[in-house]
Amino acid sequence: MKINWFKYSAPSNFYPVIGKLIPFFMFFAIVLSIGGLYWGFFQTPDVLSDQKQYYRIIFIHVPAAWMSMWLYAVMVGWAVIGLIFNTRLSYMMAAAIAPTGAMFTFLSLWTGAFWGKTSWGTYWDWDPRMTSELMLLFVYIGYMALQSAIDDTRRADQAAAILSLVGLVMLPIIYFSINCPNPAECSSLHQGSSTQQIETNILWAMLVMTIAFWAYAFAVIFMRVRNIILQRERHTKWLQNLTGVKA
Amino acid sequence: MFTVFKTILGRDLTLAMRRKTDILTTFFFFVIVISIFPLGVGFDKAMLQKMAPGIAWIAALLASMIALERLFASDYEDGTLEQMLLSHQPLIIIVLAKVFAHWLLTGLPLVLIAPLAGLQYHLSGDEVGIMMLTLLLGTPILSLLGAIGAALTLGLRGGGVLISVLILPLYVPILIYGAGAVSTSMEAGSNVQAYLLLLGAFLILALFFTPWATAAALRIASE
Amino acid sequence: MILKIQNLSCRRGDRLLFENLDFQIQSGELLFIEGHNGCGKTTLLKTLVTLRRPDAGVVLWDKQSIFKLADEYRQNLVWLGHYNGLKGDLTALENLRIASVLNGIDASEEALWDALKTIGLYGFEDLPTTVLSQGQKRRAALSYLLLTKAPLWILDEPFSALDVRAVDMLQAIIAGHVEQGGMVILTTHQEVPLTSGQVKRLKLAA
Repeated sequence: MKINWFKYSAPSNFYPVIGKLIPFFMFFAIVLSIGGLYWGFFQTPDVLSDQKQYYRIIFIHVPAAWMSMWLYAVMVGWAVIGLIFNTRLSYMMAAAIAPTGAMFTFLSLWTGAFWGKTSWGTYWDWDPRMTSELMLLFVYIGYMALQSAIDDTRRADQAAAILSLVGLVMLPIIYFSINCPNPAECSSLHQGSSTQQIETNILWAMLVMTIAFWAYAFAVIFMRVRNIILQRERHTKWLQNLTGVKA
Repeated sequence: MFTVFKTILGRDLTLAMRRKTDILTTFFFFVIVISIFPLGVGFDKAMLQKMAPGIAWIAALLASMIALERLFASDYEDGTLEQMLLSHQPLIIIVLAKVFAHWLLTGLPLVLIAPLAGLQYHLSGDEVGIMMLTLLLGTPILSLLGAIGAALTLGLRGGGVLISVLILPLYVPILIYGAGAVSTSMEAGSNVQAYLLLLGAFLILALFFTPWATAAALRIASE
Repeated sequence: MILKIQNLSCRRGDRLLFENLDFQIQSGELLFIEGHNGCGKTTLLKTLVTLRRPDAGVVLWDKQSIFKLADEYRQNLVWLGHYNGLKGDLTALENLRIASVLNGIDASEEALWDALKTIGLYGFEDLPTTVLSQGQKRRAALSYLLLTKAPLWILDEPFSALDVRAVDMLQAIIAGHVEQGGMVILTTHQEVPLTSGQVKRLKLAA
């Protein structure tokens, strides 16, 4: 079967399709979150010791941190597609992703603070990862602020797209500079992620939670994009036929 | 191409000379910020020395940002920006000329006044020298990066505050290495060369890449 | 030289201004764009000068898209918008000099003075334009038309703020340009009598 993808780049075709998909994603998000959290909280071994149950926040913290970065990349992807092909729907997708991305960024910082309090004894430390995650949150906020400050939708979309692209270039530089404030000593970088050393049970529970977050992200982003379509296309015939409301 | 650069540079400098308050405001903003900081944190000599690089750099960040708001705004309001966008000279050259003029008027004075901060914060001659050098390398990057924000927020209500939200996070690397170099120079036997090289590399990168983004943002803003 | 518009659609905000617009203009033609306020005249002109991208359709200059030609197309173009494009702190002469450099015109000082004299700013060349009257500012902006050799003029309400004598003069300048094989696209309520050449009209309906 051959699918004509461009057919779905028109809001009129995209709107009903994602409307049907939202319940599925919502269902998976709920089922997988419950499953993943149950697995993570009760079915994984106590790796450290009985007193250190707090590590279990990892099942929310790490997937949220992953999502915050992936969603940024996806958002920039849509923004770039919009800049190249001048497709309105791509900008709507980018605009719909930003709040969810910012939410996950905030979630990872918040859970990180609690984890930090129990394990390091402090809510906040100027650790490279935390600081750059905070900067990512600021970049998300900047994107949303710029988008909503401009009345003309087209200019808002394009300006925000440029900003997200600049952010994409700058984020690695920011991460690098926070990670290595003294360039003379930069040969010894921060230890890498250590997924190999983690108990497979824990890893699987984390992956289930990640998929649950993805499903949630899809559901919410699709809902938001439908709202954006409703608002921006309110003068079009197809929408007035669909809703019976004349704007 | 060089004629265009020269003409736009001359134009912006002439304009600034006929309305000096704009430049002086930025200049005194910087002086006032570094002067009132000790009043808030106390006069302990060792502490002031330790904080000097960070305070000077943050004051420079804020001063450069405040000045940026006017970089394209008046040209946007009177239609001369449209004329620049429609000239068949490369927009990137025009952007570079404007940013360079802007730096000469707002960045360079900060470099030259840095010794005053050195006096207030009990820095040694060498440390002041390093601070001037980092500001000399760093403030053009601030202007180049900030120009993107200025172009993106052109003509918006509350553009000034918006610029800070967009641009301050992006200034982080310059802040870390600019202030870091001065702090490092205070330790005995330290090597600040790596910081200066890195700032230099950032400057070259910014020179090559930011004008594209600024030019694109200007075209979007003038629709 | 032909400027050809095919299937052009533009929207402002979320509202469609016009769609499937087709017309063309060539050497020796004058095109009036008519329509009431808010029907998209200025948006159309901004599209034709590459300040704004169309939402659909193409604008061709000698069979190539003006957005692909970019600077190459802009060489052929003069744009005068709502704003005069003058710096208030600079004199009329300085403004004109900068406009010439930006558009690659190598005008002598004499030519600049002459242009300002012809347009009726004799004695005002050395004043900052902010102290000039509205009509004089418009004249200062229009003085550039006397220097340029670009064939395509796109003017948004060029007659606004001008007194009767200045209107006559601008009519003569525009007519002269069209007669010499130039093209002019403008929005206005003013008629421009031509001794030769072709007048076209395009009515935008919202």
